[in-house]
Amino acid sequence: MTAAELIEKHGFHPIVLPDPERETEGCYIGDLLSWVMGKACAGNVWITIMSNVNTVAVASLSDVSLVLLAEGVTLEQSVAETALARGVNVASTDLPAFEAATAIAGDL
Amino acid sequence: MSEFLNFHYDVDGDNFVSAGQASVQVKKNLRQLGLPTEVIRRVSIAMYEGEINMVIHANGGTADVDVYEDRIVIRLADKGPGIKDVALAMQEGFSTANENVRSLGFGAGMGLPNMKRYTDDMQIDTVVDVGTTITMTIRLA
Repeated sequence: MTAAELIEKHGFHPIVLPDPERETEGCYIGDLLSWVMGKACAGNVWITIMSNVNTVAVASLSDVSLVLLAEGVTLEQSVAETALARGVNVASTDLPAFEAATAIAGDL
Repeated sequence: MSEFLNFHYDVDGDNFVSAGQASVQVKKNLRQLGLPTEVIRRVSIAMYEGEINMVIHANGGTADVDVYEDRIVIRLADKGPGIKDVALAMQEGFSTANENVRSLGFGAGMGLPNMKRYTDDMQIDTVVDVGTTITMTIRLA
């Protein structure tokens, strides 16, 4: 399923979607950035509550398909612009990380 | 084998929030060279971890990426405090980062282990109160 389809199906709020057709595959949940870089796989949906500009850098370098901000966390405008420029898809949801992950588990 | 490309970057020690610019630039450059996605991912993550370390601990430094036909060599050099106990620093979870750094999502003690994980060879040359140079090699199949 593509990032855009996943967002649409589950009613997540798209923040920036520079690469809507990116295929999503698997999921990683975490807020410590080095853990994400060490453990997340390319194509994963990354669920986190960490939303500073380093999040965008880590998402880009780790090549995840979508950053899903849980618990209603949003991005500052300047960070959203950076994500757009670097081709990083970002969406948010009011769900906690566990509920978000279980919601999308069957689609990945 | 002859070197065919070098990318050099100065890593700004005061610029923690936007740290990673050199790694992002390397990712772009390697992509333009048409290298495999997984190689680019490994190089850019290893370099980003090193870059973050230089910003957190050493007030910046320099990063060089040499691209050869059969390998990529990343050399990170700083004039920081050095690493007192390399074996301890290599342990997952060991960190001397402060609370501010941790609040940004770093300081989990995974930086050096990740650099080792994503590269085929890693050498740490460090002298306390003089500085640290880390050389990482990723072989190209």
